[in-house]
Amino acid sequence: MTLLSVRDLTVKFAMRDQNLTALNKISFDLAKGERLGIVGESGAGKSITGFSLMKLLSHPGFIDSGQILLEGEDLIELSDARMRAIRGNRMAMIFQDPMVTLNPVLTIGQQMVETLRAHRKLSESDAKQISIVKLREVYIPSPEERLDQYPHELSGGMRQRIVIAIALLLDPQLIIADEPTTALDVTIQADIMDLLLELCQSNKVGLILITHDLGVVSQMTERLLVMYAGKIIEAGRTREIINDPQHPYTQGLINALPQQTEPGRPLKQIPGNMPSLSAIPTGCPFNPRCEYALDHCRTTPPEIVRYGNVEVACHEVSRLNAERSEEQGA
Amino acid sequence: MSNLSESHPPSFWTRIWESNIGYSFRSNPVAVASLMIFIVIVLMAVFAPLIAPFDPYDPAQIDIMNSEYPPVWIDGSDPKFLFGTDDQGRDLWSTILYGTRLSLLIGLCAVALQAFLGITIGLLAGYIGGRLDSLLMRLADIQLSFSTLMVAIIFLAVTQAMFGSETFNQYAIYFLIVVIGVAEWPQYARTVRATVLAEKKKEYVDGARVLGFGPMRIMVRHILPNSLSPIFVISTVQVANAIISEASLSFLGLGMPPSQPSLGSLISSGFDYIFSGSWWITAIPGVVLVILVLVINLLGDWMRDVLNPRLHKG
Amino acid sequence: MFAYLVKRVFQAAAVMFVISLIGFAIQDNLGDPLRELLGQSVSEEVRQELREELGLNDSFVTQYARFLGKALQGDLGTSYFFKEPALDVILKKLPATLELVLGATLIIVGLSVPLGVYTAIRPNTILSRIVMGISIVGISIPVFLTAILMIFLFSVELRWLPSYGRGDVVHVFGNWETNFASLDGWAHILLPSLALASIMLPLFIRLIRAEMMEVLQSEYVKYARAKGLWPWRIYFVHALKNTLLPVITVGGVQIGTMVAYTILTETVFQWPGMGFMFLEAVNRVDTPLIVAYLIVVGFIFVVTNTIVDLIYGLVNPTVNLARMGA
Repeated sequence: MTLLSVRDLTVKFAMRDQNLTALNKISFDLAKGERLGIVGESGAGKSITGFSLMKLLSHPGFIDSGQILLEGEDLIELSDARMRAIRGNRMAMIFQDPMVTLNPVLTIGQQMVETLRAHRKLSESDAKQISIVKLREVYIPSPEERLDQYPHELSGGMRQRIVIAIALLLDPQLIIADEPTTALDVTIQADIMDLLLELCQSNKVGLILITHDLGVVSQMTERLLVMYAGKIIEAGRTREIINDPQHPYTQGLINALPQQTEPGRPLKQIPGNMPSLSAIPTGCPFNPRCEYALDHCRTTPPEIVRYGNVEVACHEVSRLNAERSEEQGA
Repeated sequence: MSNLSESHPPSFWTRIWESNIGYSFRSNPVAVASLMIFIVIVLMAVFAPLIAPFDPYDPAQIDIMNSEYPPVWIDGSDPKFLFGTDDQGRDLWSTILYGTRLSLLIGLCAVALQAFLGITIGLLAGYIGGRLDSLLMRLADIQLSFSTLMVAIIFLAVTQAMFGSETFNQYAIYFLIVVIGVAEWPQYARTVRATVLAEKKKEYVDGARVLGFGPMRIMVRHILPNSLSPIFVISTVQVANAIISEASLSFLGLGMPPSQPSLGSLISSGFDYIFSGSWWITAIPGVVLVILVLVINLLGDWMRDVLNPRLHKG
Repeated sequence: MFAYLVKRVFQAAAVMFVISLIGFAIQDNLGDPLRELLGQSVSEEVRQELREELGLNDSFVTQYARFLGKALQGDLGTSYFFKEPALDVILKKLPATLELVLGATLIIVGLSVPLGVYTAIRPNTILSRIVMGISIVGISIPVFLTAILMIFLFSVELRWLPSYGRGDVVHVFGNWETNFASLDGWAHILLPSLALASIMLPLFIRLIRAEMMEVLQSEYVKYARAKGLWPWRIYFVHALKNTLLPVITVGGVQIGTMVAYTILTETVFQWPGMGFMFLEAVNRVDTPLIVAYLIVVGFIFVVTNTIVDLIYGLVNPTVNLARMGA
């Protein structure tokens, strides 16, 4: 059962002279209750994907073309009023930094109750009761007292738990979490991720987890998209991609992990930087940083092709795979 | 390749013209028109002695018999006087040119004084920090909580009463510059201090210190350039405000005397005649004053939009 | 909370102390009290005697202590011109000025919030452009010029509204007479209030608009959208509350600034308030009245600023007054 189906989604930024392409025809599907990871370096278009799905792009970004089908209904065609009824209700979002996500001048209770009452006809006290139940679900101690507190009175980890509780308030079908632990202390990052995984599994909620952390993705998600310069360059089951990455960029990301390096050795970083939107190279966008690039990589953009169990956008995928097998065989 | 492109290095003006600021300026007709009008007014003020048909400070050229002639497009005018004459028989056009000169001069000098005091205090407070910083910023808070105009009115009123109006009139221009200049330093000091605090944390300042540069050099050469754009934006608003303050003080009789009028004192002297129908003595200098302040404010608005990336996004 | 209050009151007292010093210095240097009392044709001997009697030969500190002691009991000297206690003269004029400030404040608050919010939410509509256009012209016209323009238009040309004075005032209590109780009173206060508001109103519209636009870019507003809230709730609860916090601080200072502008407005409209009185006192070198005005105005500034700071602390949940007092 497909919950979300994205087709050829293209997002552009209206700049002074031209429109810059931030997302270039990305397509993917998400089944009900499925957990999908999106990884890539900063600037790859991960967050823009997340905000596009909610239709929350702010100026100068805009959706240029494509479809975002939520149970067959195209969100791009929806009016603002009908889109509002979906946000927070059927699709919820968890933002990156809980220190700036919650409104500083409203109490936790006000911010939870208003969310419920924006979508359901509920009395103030009923809404409070539901809020307390949800706060309990995210293991917030003495939730009744939290309702009257302001965000600044709570720690970052506590605030992110509250944001997760707000996301769960209306039992959504899909949660989009945009780097939900990047801004938190390392010690509580794992707790928050465990909580999110547990809640998604027990409530059968679909999850799109946007992160740059491959370790997190391998624990949290079933399927994985790797993005580079506004394109999906590799997609498939998380385990397969992590164990046997096909695209040279994905290989580079995995080789750069500290676990892949012997202690005392420098990390194997991918040379170079992600290109800026105004200077995306012709051909394969990764070609200037790719050690295997050939002439046609510099001229022709690669199509997404099925290779084994994954989809990958690389001209040389079969040659590289063959070379790798030889090396391992030797 | 690089030799080719560098064979004709673009001039300073070309670079500005091609930059983002240049582009935003070119594509904003309001900013272009404002700058042009401002330049025209400045040129008229600078060359007032050459342009003006009469010298309003020369009693020999003033004849009380000529008083209250209307502008040339109204019946009963004298073609000698383009905008008519004031109550003393001075040519209004000439007097306005000289008055604009005074208003601009006072405004610019006062803001230069503000900027000098504010930047110095802001750099010291931010760089040295500690007790000096909290003392200076407390002082800035208190200073800001009092209206400049109020402070200026009381200061000038007392000065005038103390020295008598004859001596006061002689030095009025200096009093005005000092009182408007001193009262508004916190605006600059706060901005500069904030930039210093932000820049102080950055590596290049540490680098400069490690290389053995003295604090003076670090502040002036490394930190100050980074606060230039907010200083620019503040300065436009401050010049506009200083001109308004000067006009207000002169209107109250606490600024430039009628014998050597700025735009404010000219409007003031005309106010007595507004009920008798000689509206032009007030109206024409008033229009000049408003246009001058308005174009400065419009330029300031444009500059804030361009130089402040936070607002630029919106 | 209490500690913060004490700290704030202490600071206010320190500022008042400095103002009283300035006031005393002015009194000490401006004009000769003997001439006012005796005239010029008095022998040097009599003068010296009187100087001794009045304490004018005492040290600066002693004289200042006497001045401060009297000031604390409400004695700010006797006006040379009115031959009355200076404080009484000012208090008689105070209601007229306060009503003018009140009228202008009503206009400013009533218009700046809706217009500022509207222009921030819908920056590209024709109405927004018109409001912003008028605003920048508004801040470019000095108060006195607006006042003159209004008199010329509504009083001289159209003859709709009176150009000077307070008109029919109705006695309320003490020496308070109000403009707000008769039609003629309303007609008289309308133009002066508008003129007084004319420079502050555009300033506040622009301030509220800029703050609101910045708040609308914030993460928490984006998050409020992601929660699917109704737009009006995002604008008027999430954004407006955060917008008005900094505006309160600036607003407090501006109310003080308005007292300065009353001098200009009252001069043009010959409004019998304390600003008009002050300029007359300056022309007459009525030193006690000048000093008394300085102290009363300083007091108004200090009190409004202290109150505004306290209100800000109470309204803003992220300011912990208890901690600030420490």
